[in-house]
Amino acid sequence: MGLHDPVTDWASDFDHTDDAWVADPFPIWDELRETCPVAHSERYHGVWLPTRHEDIAEIAHDTKRFTSRQVIVSEYRAPLDMAPQGTAPPITSDPPYHQGARRMLLPAFSPQAVARLEPFTRQACQDLVDQLEGNDVVDAAEGYAQHIPVQVIAHMLGLPASDGDRFRGFVNVVLEGVDAAREDREAGIVEFFRYLKDLIEDRMRRPGDDLVSYLLDVDLDGEKVDPFWVTRMIGLLMIAGIDTTWSAIGASIWHLANVPDDRERLIAQPDLLPTAIEELLRSYAPVTMARLVREDFEFNGCAMKQDDFVLLPFPAANRDPAAFDRADEVIIDREVNRHAAFGLGIHRCVGSHLARMELRVALEVWLDAFPDFSLADARAVRWSGGQVRGPRELPLKIETRSERY
Amino acid sequence: MKVHVDQELCQGHGRCYALAPELFEPDDLGNGFAIDEGDVPAELVAKARLAAANCPESAVIIIEDTDLATEAAEPT
Repeated sequence: MGLHDPVTDWASDFDHTDDAWVADPFPIWDELRETCPVAHSERYHGVWLPTRHEDIAEIAHDTKRFTSRQVIVSEYRAPLDMAPQGTAPPITSDPPYHQGARRMLLPAFSPQAVARLEPFTRQACQDLVDQLEGNDVVDAAEGYAQHIPVQVIAHMLGLPASDGDRFRGFVNVVLEGVDAAREDREAGIVEFFRYLKDLIEDRMRRPGDDLVSYLLDVDLDGEKVDPFWVTRMIGLLMIAGIDTTWSAIGASIWHLANVPDDRERLIAQPDLLPTAIEELLRSYAPVTMARLVREDFEFNGCAMKQDDFVLLPFPAANRDPAAFDRADEVIIDREVNRHAAFGLGIHRCVGSHLARMELRVALEVWLDAFPDFSLADARAVRWSGGQVRGPRELPLKIETRSERY
Repeated sequence: MKVHVDQELCQGHGRCYALAPELFEPDDLGNGFAIDEGDVPAELVAKARLAAANCPESAVIIIEDTDLATEAAEPT
Protein backbone atom coordinates (compact mmCIF):
# COMPACT_ATOMS: atom_id res chain seq x y z
CA MET A 1 0.00 0.00 0.00
CA GLY A 2 0.95 3.63 -0.09
CA LEU A 3 3.34 5.75 -2.07
CA HIS A 4 6.44 5.00 -0.03
CA ASP A 5 9.42 2.75 -0.63
CA PRO A 6 9.45 -0.42 1.44
CA VAL A 7 11.43 -0.17 4.68
CA THR A 8 14.68 -2.12 4.91
CA ASP A 9 16.15 -0.52 8.06
CA TRP A 10 13.70 0.15 10.88
CA ALA A 11 16.22 1.96 13.10
CA SER A 12 17.10 4.66 10.56
CA ASP A 13 14.34 4.64 7.93
CA PHE A 14 11.10 3.41 9.53
CA ASP A 15 7.64 4.13 8.13
CA HIS A 16 4.48 3.46 10.10
CA THR A 17 2.52 2.90 6.88
CA ASP A 18 4.85 0.16 5.63
CA ASP A 19 3.22 -3.20 4.85
CA ALA A 20 5.36 -5.06 7.41
CA TRP A 21 4.41 -2.60 10.18
CA VAL A 22 0.74 -2.77 9.23
CA ALA A 23 0.73 -6.58 9.21
CA ASP A 24 2.55 -7.00 12.54
CA PRO A 25 4.36 -4.10 14.22
CA PHE A 26 5.17 -5.91 17.47
CA PRO A 27 8.41 -7.65 16.40
CA ILE A 28 9.62 -4.34 14.93
CA TRP A 29 9.01 -2.51 18.21
CA ASP A 30 10.47 -5.34 20.29
CA GLU A 31 13.69 -5.30 18.30
CA LEU A 32 14.00 -1.51 18.30
CA ARG A 33 13.41 -1.41 22.06
CA GLU A 34 16.47 -3.64 22.49
CA THR A 35 18.73 -2.15 19.83
CA CYS A 36 17.66 1.45 19.15
CA PRO A 37 15.05 2.63 21.66
CA VAL A 38 14.52 5.98 19.92
CA ALA A 39 14.60 5.31 16.18
CA HIS A 40 14.72 8.02 13.54
CA SER A 41 13.54 8.35 9.96
CA GLU A 42 13.97 11.10 7.40
CA ARG A 43 10.57 10.25 5.98
CA TYR A 44 7.79 12.78 6.60
CA HIS A 45 10.57 15.42 6.87
CA GLY A 46 11.84 13.90 10.08
CA VAL A 47 10.14 11.63 12.60
CA TRP A 48 11.29 9.86 15.77
CA LEU A 49 10.03 6.61 17.26
CA PRO A 50 10.54 5.81 20.95
CA THR A 51 9.55 2.25 21.90
CA ARG A 52 10.28 2.13 25.66
CA HIS A 53 7.43 2.79 28.06
CA GLU A 54 9.64 5.15 30.05
CA ASP A 55 10.48 7.36 27.05
CA ILE A 56 6.95 7.36 25.66
CA ALA A 57 5.59 8.34 29.08
CA GLU A 58 8.17 11.11 29.46
CA ILE A 59 7.37 12.63 26.06
CA ALA A 60 3.61 12.31 26.59
CA HIS A 61 3.94 14.24 29.86
CA ASP A 62 6.34 16.88 28.51
CA THR A 63 4.11 19.55 26.98
CA LYS A 64 6.90 22.13 27.11
CA ARG A 65 9.37 20.52 24.72
CA PHE A 66 6.76 18.69 22.65
CA THR A 67 3.72 20.40 21.16
CA SER A 68 0.44 18.77 20.13
CA ARG A 69 -0.05 21.29 17.31
CA GLN A 70 -0.24 18.33 14.95
CA VAL A 71 -0.83 14.77 16.12
CA ILE A 72 -1.13 12.90 12.83
CA VAL A 73 2.20 12.40 11.08
CA SER A 74 2.19 13.47 7.44
CA GLU A 75 4.43 15.25 4.94
CA TYR A 76 3.01 18.58 6.09
CA ARG A 77 3.06 20.65 9.26
CA ALA A 78 0.11 22.56 10.68
CA PRO A 79 0.98 26.27 10.49
CA LEU A 80 2.29 27.82 13.70
CA ASP A 81 -0.58 30.31 13.73
CA MET A 82 -2.98 27.42 14.41
CA ALA A 83 -1.64 27.45 17.98
CA PRO A 84 -2.80 27.47 20.73
CA GLN A 85 -5.95 25.65 19.60
CA GLY A 86 -4.42 23.58 16.81
CA THR A 87 -6.54 22.10 14.05
CA ALA A 88 -8.79 19.99 16.30
CA PRO A 89 -8.95 21.17 19.93
CA PRO A 90 -8.29 19.97 22.54
CA ILE A 91 -6.21 17.08 21.17
CA THR A 92 -4.11 19.51 19.11
CA SER A 93 -3.99 22.18 21.83
CA ASP A 94 -1.23 22.97 24.29
CA PRO A 95 -1.57 24.46 27.76
CA PRO A 96 -3.03 26.71 28.90
CA TYR A 97 -5.74 26.80 26.17
CA HIS A 98 -5.98 23.03 26.27
CA GLN A 99 -7.46 22.80 29.75
CA GLY A 100 -10.51 24.95 29.07
CA ALA A 101 -11.34 23.23 25.79
CA ARG A 102 -10.98 19.85 27.45
CA ARG A 103 -13.17 20.82 30.40
CA MET A 104 -15.94 21.70 27.94
CA LEU A 105 -15.93 18.15 26.59
CA LEU A 106 -15.26 16.09 29.71
CA PRO A 107 -18.77 16.27 31.29
CA ALA A 108 -20.24 14.78 28.10
CA PHE A 109 -17.82 11.84 28.39
CA SER A 110 -17.81 11.30 32.15
CA PRO A 111 -18.59 7.83 33.51
CA GLN A 112 -22.01 9.12 34.60
CA ALA A 113 -22.83 10.48 31.12
CA VAL A 114 -21.51 7.32 29.47
CA ALA A 115 -23.72 5.10 31.65
CA ARG A 116 -26.75 6.86 30.17
CA LEU A 117 -25.62 5.80 26.68
CA GLU A 118 -25.34 2.12 27.56
CA PRO A 119 -28.95 1.07 26.75
CA PHE A 120 -28.71 2.70 23.30
CA THR A 121 -25.36 1.03 22.69
CA ARG A 122 -26.65 -2.39 23.74
CA GLN A 123 -29.67 -2.10 21.45
CA ALA A 124 -27.45 -1.02 18.54
CA CYS A 125 -25.19 -4.05 19.10
CA GLN A 126 -28.17 -6.36 19.41
CA ASP A 127 -29.66 -5.08 16.15
CA LEU A 128 -26.32 -5.71 14.42
CA VAL A 129 -25.98 -9.31 15.61
CA ASP A 130 -29.63 -9.93 14.71
CA GLN A 131 -28.78 -8.95 11.14
CA LEU A 132 -25.76 -11.27 11.07
CA GLU A 133 -27.52 -14.25 12.63
CA GLY A 134 -27.96 -17.25 10.32
CA ASN A 135 -24.78 -16.64 8.27
CA ASP A 136 -21.99 -19.20 8.38
CA VAL A 137 -19.33 -16.57 7.75
CA VAL A 138 -19.58 -12.96 8.94
CA ASP A 139 -17.14 -10.07 8.87
CA ALA A 140 -16.86 -8.90 12.48
CA ALA A 141 -15.00 -5.72 11.46
CA GLU A 142 -17.16 -4.58 8.54
CA GLY A 143 -20.43 -6.07 9.69
CA TYR A 144 -20.22 -5.37 13.42
CA ALA A 145 -17.37 -3.46 15.06
CA GLN A 146 -17.27 -0.49 12.71
CA HIS A 147 -20.98 0.31 13.09
CA ILE A 148 -20.99 0.54 16.88
CA PRO A 149 -19.00 3.74 17.47
CA VAL A 150 -20.53 5.34 14.37
CA GLN A 151 -24.03 4.80 15.71
CA VAL A 152 -23.13 5.95 19.21
CA ILE A 153 -21.47 9.18 18.07
CA ALA A 154 -24.31 9.88 15.61
CA HIS A 155 -26.74 9.43 18.52
CA MET A 156 -24.71 11.81 20.70
CA LEU A 157 -24.58 14.42 17.94
CA GLY A 158 -28.27 14.07 17.12
CA LEU A 159 -27.57 12.80 13.59
CA PRO A 160 -29.35 10.02 11.75
CA ALA A 161 -27.64 6.62 11.80
CA SER A 162 -27.90 6.72 8.00
CA ASP A 163 -25.08 9.31 7.94
CA GLY A 164 -22.75 6.58 9.16
CA ASP A 165 -21.27 5.75 5.76
CA ARG A 166 -20.30 9.38 5.26
CA PHE A 167 -18.59 9.50 8.70
CA ARG A 168 -16.59 6.43 7.89
CA GLY A 169 -15.46 8.00 4.63
CA PHE A 170 -14.25 11.11 6.48
CA VAL A 171 -12.38 9.05 9.05
CA ASN A 172 -10.70 7.08 6.32
CA VAL A 173 -9.50 10.22 4.57
CA VAL A 174 -8.07 11.85 7.69
CA LEU A 175 -6.50 8.87 9.46
CA GLU A 176 -5.79 6.23 6.90
CA GLY A 177 -5.21 8.56 3.95
CA VAL A 178 -1.88 9.99 5.15
CA ASP A 179 -0.04 8.31 2.31
CA ALA A 180 -2.71 9.03 -0.32
CA ALA A 181 -2.14 11.65 -3.01
CA ARG A 182 -2.28 15.12 -1.48
CA GLU A 183 -5.13 16.35 -3.72
CA ASP A 184 -7.33 13.36 -2.85
CA ARG A 185 -6.80 13.81 0.86
CA GLU A 186 -7.41 17.54 0.73
CA ALA A 187 -10.60 17.15 -1.31
CA GLY A 188 -11.87 14.65 1.27
CA ILE A 189 -11.04 16.96 4.14
CA VAL A 190 -12.81 19.89 2.45
CA GLU A 191 -15.94 17.75 2.10
CA PHE A 192 -15.70 16.77 5.76
CA PHE A 193 -15.54 20.38 6.93
CA ARG A 194 -18.45 21.35 4.65
CA TYR A 195 -20.52 18.61 6.31
CA LEU A 196 -19.53 19.85 9.77
CA LYS A 197 -20.25 23.48 8.91
CA ASP A 198 -23.76 22.58 7.71
CA LEU A 199 -24.31 20.63 10.94
CA ILE A 200 -23.19 23.52 13.17
CA GLU A 201 -25.27 26.07 11.25
CA ASP A 202 -28.32 23.84 11.56
CA ARG A 203 -27.88 23.58 15.36
CA MET A 204 -27.29 27.31 15.71
CA ARG A 205 -30.68 27.89 14.11
CA ARG A 206 -32.42 25.01 15.86
CA PRO A 207 -30.69 23.94 19.08
CA GLY A 208 -31.58 20.47 20.34
CA ASP A 209 -30.74 18.10 23.15
CA ASP A 210 -27.45 16.95 21.65
CA LEU A 211 -23.72 17.39 22.03
CA VAL A 212 -23.40 19.95 19.21
CA SER A 213 -26.00 22.23 20.80
CA TYR A 214 -24.37 21.74 24.20
CA LEU A 215 -20.94 22.79 22.91
CA LEU A 216 -22.39 25.83 21.15
CA ASP A 217 -23.99 26.92 24.42
CA VAL A 218 -21.33 26.08 27.02
CA ASP A 219 -19.12 28.79 28.51
CA LEU A 220 -15.35 28.82 28.19
CA ASP A 221 -13.80 31.49 30.42
CA GLY A 222 -17.19 33.22 30.60
CA GLU A 223 -17.75 33.35 26.85
CA LYS A 224 -19.36 31.16 24.22
CA VAL A 225 -16.87 29.36 22.04
CA ASP A 226 -16.51 30.55 18.44
CA PRO A 227 -18.56 28.16 16.27
CA PHE A 228 -15.43 27.67 14.15
CA TRP A 229 -13.78 25.89 17.08
CA VAL A 230 -16.94 23.94 17.91
CA THR A 231 -16.83 22.69 14.31
CA ARG A 232 -13.26 21.57 14.84
CA MET A 233 -14.12 19.84 18.13
CA ILE A 234 -17.00 17.94 16.56
CA GLY A 235 -14.66 16.93 13.76
CA LEU A 236 -12.25 15.61 16.36
CA LEU A 237 -14.96 13.60 18.12
CA MET A 238 -15.98 11.95 14.87
CA ILE A 239 -12.43 11.19 13.79
CA ALA A 240 -11.08 10.16 17.18
CA GLY A 241 -14.12 8.25 18.38
CA ILE A 242 -14.80 5.99 15.44
CA ASP A 243 -11.66 4.35 14.05
CA THR A 244 -10.22 3.82 17.49
CA THR A 245 -13.16 2.06 19.12
CA TRP A 246 -13.86 0.09 15.97
CA SER A 247 -10.26 -1.11 16.13
CA ALA A 248 -10.43 -2.06 19.81
CA ILE A 249 -13.64 -4.06 19.35
CA GLY A 250 -12.32 -5.74 16.20
CA ALA A 251 -8.93 -6.61 17.70
CA SER A 252 -10.60 -8.07 20.78
CA ILE A 253 -12.90 -10.28 18.71
CA TRP A 254 -9.88 -11.27 16.58
CA HIS A 255 -8.06 -12.37 19.73
CA LEU A 256 -11.04 -14.38 20.94
CA ALA A 257 -11.30 -16.05 17.53
CA ASN A 258 -7.62 -16.98 17.76
CA VAL A 259 -7.58 -18.17 21.36
CA PRO A 260 -10.57 -20.43 22.07
CA ASP A 261 -9.49 -20.93 25.69
CA ASP A 262 -9.87 -17.22 26.41
CA ARG A 263 -13.22 -17.10 24.64
CA GLU A 264 -14.58 -20.07 26.56
CA ARG A 265 -13.31 -18.68 29.83
CA LEU A 266 -15.09 -15.36 29.27
CA ILE A 267 -18.32 -17.16 28.48
CA ALA A 268 -17.97 -19.27 31.63
CA GLN A 269 -16.87 -16.30 33.77
CA PRO A 270 -18.59 -13.15 32.48
CA ASP A 271 -17.43 -11.29 35.62
CA LEU A 272 -13.90 -11.52 34.25
CA LEU A 273 -14.77 -9.35 31.25
CA PRO A 274 -13.81 -5.94 32.73
CA THR A 275 -10.38 -7.33 33.69
CA ALA A 276 -9.99 -9.03 30.32
CA ILE A 277 -10.91 -5.82 28.50
CA GLU A 278 -8.01 -4.00 30.15
CA GLU A 279 -5.65 -6.73 28.98
CA LEU A 280 -7.07 -6.64 25.45
CA LEU A 281 -6.61 -2.85 25.48
CA ARG A 282 -3.04 -3.25 26.69
CA SER A 283 -2.20 -5.93 24.17
CA TYR A 284 -3.88 -4.39 21.13
CA ALA A 285 -3.95 -0.69 21.99
CA PRO A 286 -5.11 0.83 18.71
CA VAL A 287 -3.70 4.32 19.00
CA THR A 288 -0.26 5.72 18.27
CA MET A 289 -0.24 9.48 18.90
CA ALA A 290 2.32 12.02 17.76
CA ARG A 291 3.88 15.29 18.87
CA LEU A 292 6.02 17.93 17.18
CA VAL A 293 9.34 18.99 18.67
CA ARG A 294 8.94 22.60 19.76
CA GLU A 295 12.59 23.66 19.49
CA ASP A 296 15.88 21.93 18.70
CA PHE A 297 17.07 19.96 21.72
CA GLU A 298 18.67 16.70 22.70
CA PHE A 299 16.47 13.91 24.04
CA ASN A 300 18.41 10.97 25.50
CA GLY A 301 21.25 11.55 23.07
CA CYS A 302 19.00 12.17 20.06
CA ALA A 303 19.37 15.55 18.34
CA MET A 304 15.73 16.44 17.79
CA LYS A 305 14.99 19.36 15.47
CA GLN A 306 12.14 21.83 15.62
CA ASP A 307 9.06 20.44 13.82
CA ASP A 308 10.34 16.87 13.78
CA PHE A 309 7.49 14.52 14.55
CA VAL A 310 7.71 12.09 17.45
CA LEU A 311 5.43 9.08 17.27
CA LEU A 312 4.06 7.87 20.60
CA PRO A 313 3.30 4.18 20.02
CA PHE A 314 1.26 3.42 23.15
CA PRO A 315 0.89 -0.20 22.01
CA ALA A 316 4.70 -0.48 22.05
CA ALA A 317 4.83 1.03 25.55
CA ASN A 318 2.28 -1.59 26.61
CA ARG A 319 4.57 -4.40 25.45
CA ASP A 320 7.71 -3.14 27.21
CA PRO A 321 9.03 -5.89 29.52
CA ALA A 322 10.51 -3.19 31.77
CA ALA A 323 6.97 -2.02 32.54
CA PHE A 324 4.94 -5.24 32.37
CA ASP A 325 5.53 -8.75 33.60
CA ARG A 326 5.31 -11.23 30.67
CA ALA A 327 4.68 -8.21 28.44
CA ASP A 328 4.40 -10.20 25.22
CA GLU A 329 1.70 -12.55 26.54
CA VAL A 330 -2.03 -11.86 26.59
CA ILE A 331 -3.15 -12.84 30.09
CA ILE A 332 -6.85 -12.10 30.33
CA ASP A 333 -6.94 -12.23 34.13
CA ARG A 334 -3.94 -9.91 34.53
CA GLU A 335 -4.75 -7.91 37.65
CA VAL A 336 -2.00 -5.32 37.71
CA ASN A 337 -2.26 -3.49 34.41
CA ARG A 338 -1.03 0.07 34.33
CA HIS A 339 -1.39 0.22 30.55
CA ALA A 340 -1.25 3.34 28.40
CA ALA A 341 -3.85 2.44 25.75
CA PHE A 342 -5.62 5.77 26.26
CA GLY A 343 -2.44 7.79 26.42
CA LEU A 344 -0.76 9.45 29.38
CA GLY A 345 -0.74 12.97 30.74
CA ILE A 346 -3.06 15.86 29.92
CA HIS A 347 -4.21 14.39 26.60
CA ARG A 348 -5.62 11.19 28.11
CA CYS A 349 -8.33 10.10 25.66
CA VAL A 350 -11.44 12.16 26.45
CA GLY A 351 -13.59 9.28 25.23
CA SER A 352 -11.91 6.51 27.24
CA HIS A 353 -14.94 5.85 29.45
CA LEU A 354 -17.18 5.74 26.38
CA ALA A 355 -14.75 3.46 24.55
CA ARG A 356 -14.58 1.04 27.48
CA MET A 357 -18.36 0.91 27.72
CA GLU A 358 -18.72 0.31 23.97
CA LEU A 359 -16.05 -2.40 24.04
CA ARG A 360 -17.63 -4.18 27.01
CA VAL A 361 -21.17 -4.05 25.62
CA ALA A 362 -19.99 -5.03 22.14
CA LEU A 363 -18.22 -8.11 23.51
CA GLU A 364 -21.10 -9.05 25.83
CA VAL A 365 -23.64 -8.94 23.01
CA TRP A 366 -21.31 -10.67 20.53
CA LEU A 367 -20.39 -13.54 22.88
CA ASP A 368 -24.03 -14.01 23.82
CA ALA A 369 -25.07 -14.25 20.16
CA PHE A 370 -22.01 -16.11 18.87
CA PRO A 371 -20.35 -18.11 21.63
CA ASP A 372 -18.37 -20.23 19.16
CA PHE A 373 -16.43 -18.68 16.29
CA SER A 374 -13.04 -18.89 14.61
CA LEU A 375 -11.10 -17.18 11.85
CA ALA A 376 -12.63 -18.17 8.51
CA ASP A 377 -9.32 -17.47 6.77
CA ALA A 378 -6.40 -16.06 8.73
CA ARG A 379 -4.86 -14.64 5.53
CA ALA A 380 -8.01 -12.66 4.77
CA VAL A 381 -7.67 -10.56 7.94
CA ARG A 382 -6.60 -7.05 6.95
CA TRP A 383 -5.28 -4.49 9.45
CA SER A 384 -5.36 -0.72 9.05
CA GLY A 385 -2.16 1.24 8.56
CA GLY A 386 -1.10 4.54 10.05
CA GLN A 387 -1.67 5.61 13.63
CA VAL A 388 -4.83 3.63 14.41
CA ARG A 389 -4.44 -0.12 14.24
CA GLY A 390 -7.26 -2.60 14.06
CA PRO A 391 -8.74 -5.23 11.78
CA ARG A 392 -10.60 -3.76 8.82
CA GLU A 393 -11.55 -7.14 7.38
CA LEU A 394 -12.19 -9.96 9.83
CA PRO A 395 -14.11 -12.88 8.31
CA LEU A 396 -15.21 -15.31 10.99
CA LYS A 397 -16.73 -18.74 10.78
CA ILE A 398 -19.72 -18.92 13.08
CA GLU A 399 -20.68 -22.28 14.60
CA THR A 400 -24.43 -22.57 14.83
CA ARG A 401 -25.95 -23.02 18.22
CA SER A 402 -28.15 -25.94 17.30
CA GLU A 403 -25.47 -28.42 18.41
CA ARG A 404 -25.61 -26.95 21.84
CA TYR A 405 -29.27 -27.58 22.45
CA MET B 1 -4.51 2.76 55.83
CA LYS B 2 -5.70 5.79 53.89
CA VAL B 3 -5.94 6.48 50.18
CA HIS B 4 -5.57 9.78 48.40
CA VAL B 5 -5.69 10.82 44.74
CA ASP B 6 -3.04 13.36 43.79
CA GLN B 7 -5.01 15.84 41.70
CA GLU B 8 -1.83 17.15 40.09
CA LEU B 9 -1.25 13.71 38.60
CA CYS B 10 -4.81 12.43 38.06
CA GLN B 11 -5.93 12.60 34.42
CA GLY B 12 -9.28 10.89 34.87
CA HIS B 13 -8.37 7.43 33.56
CA GLY B 14 -10.92 6.12 36.05
CA ARG B 15 -9.17 2.92 37.04
CA CYS B 16 -9.46 3.63 40.78
CA TYR B 17 -13.22 4.06 40.93
CA ALA B 18 -13.76 1.20 38.46
CA LEU B 19 -11.69 -1.22 40.57
CA ALA B 20 -12.57 0.07 44.04
CA PRO B 21 -15.88 1.96 43.90
CA GLU B 22 -16.14 1.62 47.69
CA LEU B 23 -13.07 3.84 48.06
CA PHE B 24 -13.09 6.20 45.06
CA GLU B 25 -15.64 8.16 43.07
CA PRO B 26 -15.50 10.33 39.94
CA ASP B 27 -16.35 14.00 39.77
CA ASP B 28 -18.26 15.44 36.79
CA LEU B 29 -15.07 15.51 34.72
CA GLY B 30 -14.16 11.89 35.44
CA ASN B 31 -11.30 12.63 37.86
CA GLY B 32 -11.00 10.25 40.79
CA PHE B 33 -11.41 11.25 44.44
CA ALA B 34 -11.15 9.26 47.64
CA ILE B 35 -14.54 8.86 49.30
CA ASP B 36 -14.95 10.59 52.69
CA GLU B 37 -11.55 10.89 54.34
CA GLY B 38 -9.97 8.10 52.33
CA ASP B 39 -10.04 5.68 55.27
CA VAL B 40 -9.58 2.09 54.12
CA PRO B 41 -11.29 -0.60 56.20
CA ALA B 42 -9.30 -3.79 56.62
CA GLU B 43 -11.43 -5.74 54.15
CA LEU B 44 -10.69 -3.22 51.37
CA VAL B 45 -6.91 -3.01 51.76
CA ALA B 46 -6.33 -5.35 48.82
CA LYS B 47 -8.67 -3.31 46.64
CA ALA B 48 -6.90 -0.10 47.58
CA ARG B 49 -3.57 -1.60 46.55
CA LEU B 50 -5.08 -2.88 43.31
CA ALA B 51 -6.39 0.59 42.48
CA ALA B 52 -2.99 2.13 43.16
CA ALA B 53 -1.21 -0.52 41.09
CA ASN B 54 -3.49 0.12 38.12
CA CYS B 55 -3.36 3.90 37.95
CA PRO B 56 -1.54 4.79 34.70
CA GLU B 57 -0.44 8.11 36.20
CA SER B 58 0.53 6.67 39.62
CA ALA B 59 -1.81 9.24 41.13
CA VAL B 60 -3.36 6.95 43.74
CA ILE B 61 -1.36 7.35 46.91
CA ILE B 62 -1.50 4.79 49.72
CA ILE B 63 -0.78 6.10 53.18
CA GLU B 64 0.03 3.16 55.40
CA ASP B 65 -1.19 3.14 58.97
CA THR B 66 1.30 5.37 60.80
CA ASP B 67 1.31 3.39 64.06
CA LEU B 68 2.05 0.19 62.25
CA ALA B 69 4.64 1.87 60.07
CA THR B 70 6.41 3.25 63.12
CA GLU B 71 6.30 -0.11 64.87
CA ALA B 72 7.70 -1.83 61.83
CA ALA B 73 10.53 0.66 61.58
CA GLU B 74 11.56 0.25 65.22
CA PRO B 75 13.96 -2.55 66.14
CA THR B 76 12.39 -5.03 68.50
